[in-house]
Amino acid sequence: MVKDQDYLKKTASFCVDLAKKLGATDSSAAVMHSISETVNFRNKKLDESDRSDSLGVSLTTYIGKKKSSISSSNLTEENINTLIERCIETTKITPEDEYNSLPDKDLLANKINDLNLYDDDHIENDEKIEYLKEVEEAAFQKKEIINTETGFSESKSNFILASSDGFLNGYKSSSFSASCVAVAKDSNNKMERDYEFTSTCHLNDMLKPSQIGEMAAKKTLQKLDPRKIESEKISIIFDRRISKGILSSFAGAISASSIARGTSFLKDTIDKEIFSSSINIFDKPDILKGLGSRYFDSEGVKTDELKLVDQGVLKHYLVDTYNGKKLNLKSNGRSGGTSNLFFEKGSISYKNLLKLNSRTLYITETIGHGSNLVTGDYSVGANGFMVEDGVFKYPVSEITIAGNFKDIFMNITLADDLEFKYSTNAPTMLIEGMVVAGK
Amino acid sequence: MNDFFTKTDLSRKDAESIISETLNNCDDGELYLENSKSESIVLDDDKIKSSSYSSDLGYGLRAVSGEVVAYSHSNEISKKSLNQSANNLSSTLKSQKGIYNHEIPQSNEKFYKDVNPIEEKSLQSKLDLLKEVNNYTRAKGGMVQQVTASFAGEHKSIEIIRSGGEVLTDVRPLIRFNVSVMLEKYGKKETGVYGIGGRQSYDEYLKDDNWKKVCDEAFRIASVNLESKPAPAGEMKVVLGSGWPAILIHEAIGHGLEGDFNRKKTSAFHNLMGQRVASEGVTIVDDGTLHNRRGSLTIDDEGTPTEKTVLIENGILKNFMQDRLNARLMNTRSTGSGRRESYKHVVLPRMRNTMMLNGKYSQEEMIKSVDKGIFAVSFGGGQVDITSGKFVFNCTEAYEIINGKIGSPIKGATLIGDGPSILKEVSLVGNNMMLDPGIGTCGKAGQGVPVGVAQPSILIDKMTVGGTQL
Repeated sequence: MVKDQDYLKKTASFCVDLAKKLGATDSSAAVMHSISETVNFRNKKLDESDRSDSLGVSLTTYIGKKKSSISSSNLTEENINTLIERCIETTKITPEDEYNSLPDKDLLANKINDLNLYDDDHIENDEKIEYLKEVEEAAFQKKEIINTETGFSESKSNFILASSDGFLNGYKSSSFSASCVAVAKDSNNKMERDYEFTSTCHLNDMLKPSQIGEMAAKKTLQKLDPRKIESEKISIIFDRRISKGILSSFAGAISASSIARGTSFLKDTIDKEIFSSSINIFDKPDILKGLGSRYFDSEGVKTDELKLVDQGVLKHYLVDTYNGKKLNLKSNGRSGGTSNLFFEKGSISYKNLLKLNSRTLYITETIGHGSNLVTGDYSVGANGFMVEDGVFKYPVSEITIAGNFKDIFMNITLADDLEFKYSTNAPTMLIEGMVVAGK
Repeated sequence: MNDFFTKTDLSRKDAESIISETLNNCDDGELYLENSKSESIVLDDDKIKSSSYSSDLGYGLRAVSGEVVAYSHSNEISKKSLNQSANNLSSTLKSQKGIYNHEIPQSNEKFYKDVNPIEEKSLQSKLDLLKEVNNYTRAKGGMVQQVTASFAGEHKSIEIIRSGGEVLTDVRPLIRFNVSVMLEKYGKKETGVYGIGGRQSYDEYLKDDNWKKVCDEAFRIASVNLESKPAPAGEMKVVLGSGWPAILIHEAIGHGLEGDFNRKKTSAFHNLMGQRVASEGVTIVDDGTLHNRRGSLTIDDEGTPTEKTVLIENGILKNFMQDRLNARLMNTRSTGSGRRESYKHVVLPRMRNTMMLNGKYSQEEMIKSVDKGIFAVSFGGGQVDITSGKFVFNCTEAYEIINGKIGSPIKGATLIGDGPSILKEVSLVGNNMMLDPGIGTCGKAGQGVPVGVAQPSILIDKMTVGGTQL
């Protein structure tokens, strides 16, 4: 069983109290406990079971404007004492930084509406195995599938955040996820793989096992016998797996930290049009059972829904206490990043989006870390499909796509097929004018 | 040495009997104990942004039977916790039968010293040096808009207790010093990053003002990129510089030669053993025995001494990298490649220091031979799909080559290729092999482990460059 709130509160308060006794003028402590159990299956046989029991504490101490932090998974009282002493000693010799401080008290979260983020259901490993057997059976319905790897993971967490300003709150959360990777071989003995997964807060919301196996197999088979295409400028469609990545890069570029440091291509763009005018972007922390939902941010600051982009115009940065003070902005509860971040859905159907151009490259996977948030340059490896007049013609691989986010943002058309499968979500996305490098 | 049994109700004897009982009907397994201390000190935006210290303790109990691995880990070293883990393993493996393999090779050779880098250099002197780094780098001119410098240090003690009570231990220091510079000129911003490190004290790397070279290099890369023009798009010849660009070898070839993917037949290399996978003259080894290198290990995380494993010899595929599980199932021996990020992670076959050995050509000859192509000197990260064999890596410093001469610098671009065929496109291997500066971390299945790479300059006849200029 995951440890209860009382235990975590006691530990967190102990740390905050001891830090004060040793000379900290302020401090904050977080205590987290999580237990997760995972079962992995491969080719219809048990491959791996993994049980993880993980308890940890982290503490930040302030002496005036000096700050330092420690963390530990060794929670014996003796060790915690030694660490806190060390933390105080380090704090004393660390230079002052005028922006160091706990969050403003009036911004702390005080009322909490239940978002239903915890499901007490427990699923035994034997039942996980039954689920995975069904996943694999469904995948192996396609005879070209030669290998499957599936996994089922259940995790329960609890945490408490405490600060010397009197904040003492936390909550339990749960997660259930299952996935299937399928491998198929084509006529030239070349292999391809693809996957499907489900990840939810509540056990009952998971996809049926057969759906996962079928989709993984179907997506893998579609990739067989890929071609490399000529280099060209062509319109590109990002599948929902990929389109959300554009939002993640956007979120990175509007974090108060990169704005304050001057290392973002979106510096000084508040109230400027950075997306085409049809685009609206929200970050909504209070979605029931939402994968990115939270009651407060990692500093205890309340998090309200933000319309980050309104008709293409940037309205907010993602602000935490430290960088907020640097920028002369109040924290908007985004220490630790976004919550449920999404594009408002577009007005065109998926089918019509495919037909918008006579030839479109439909991207289902990108590899590499080719986003430069300082310059906005983007260049990644990719594979997907050539679509002609709305019809998928053949798979494409070993190509790259490149552009600059500033141009990409201005040339986005969104379909109306938004779904909430991740914590960051986007509909299928058409981008005009990117360059594909192939042959 | 660390004693994991002094401050708990669990005695060494208790632990040994739980291990032996749990692993009774298994082929392999162990109790892995780990105590690690780490620190991170970051200077950014003219200030000490963070100074943090972490102390972690925990165990992982593993039982292996046939192809099945059962693992349970916790940071609570106690009788109750270990018994719970043991029960969890036994319930997973209830219908399995195996015979425990007690054999494990021994070696007395150590590849780094038992130093604690965190304690060897005072916090004050680290803070002072970061300040000096900041001043030195910012003094390079008004173009310097941002400087980030950091120290990361780690001291990790591990103990492996096998069924029957055999004990293997290792103490692993690791440090890294990193500088990142952002320059701005005429409204254009570019960054340059450089770092050094390995398994010794900080001062071994910083002495003789060596830290200045790190600042200089980060500044130089950023300056080059300020002058860069858009990169070309399409297939062309690529000359890779020596040293760090060997992450091409790591991504394109290395991952595909890890034992697990080949046992599972999901690697594009699984049926190519003994066959030609590279041009003649190409020899690639994975070596865990280089003294003080970031990717080196005295023993791997199963207790096997590491070694220099020949992967490809003169173009022919010779060996995969193996941990004990995959070695047993593939009827071969462990190459000392079983690694895990921490006690929270299962063992996987992983790379250590992956190196392409010297050939006979000079870098000048290679560049001279290229009519149109690029010369790639420094890289960010890379990634591979081991099933299709497609891999990418991102240039952070590259130049165009026109008519045998190095031309303008070009913007960062992704290069993409096909692992099993790329080494057949290597037409010239240089004579200037160099190790990387000691900064690599490899990710696999959510686990990051420190690794090294090395290579001489090489000429690749055909690779796709992911620029924007058609």
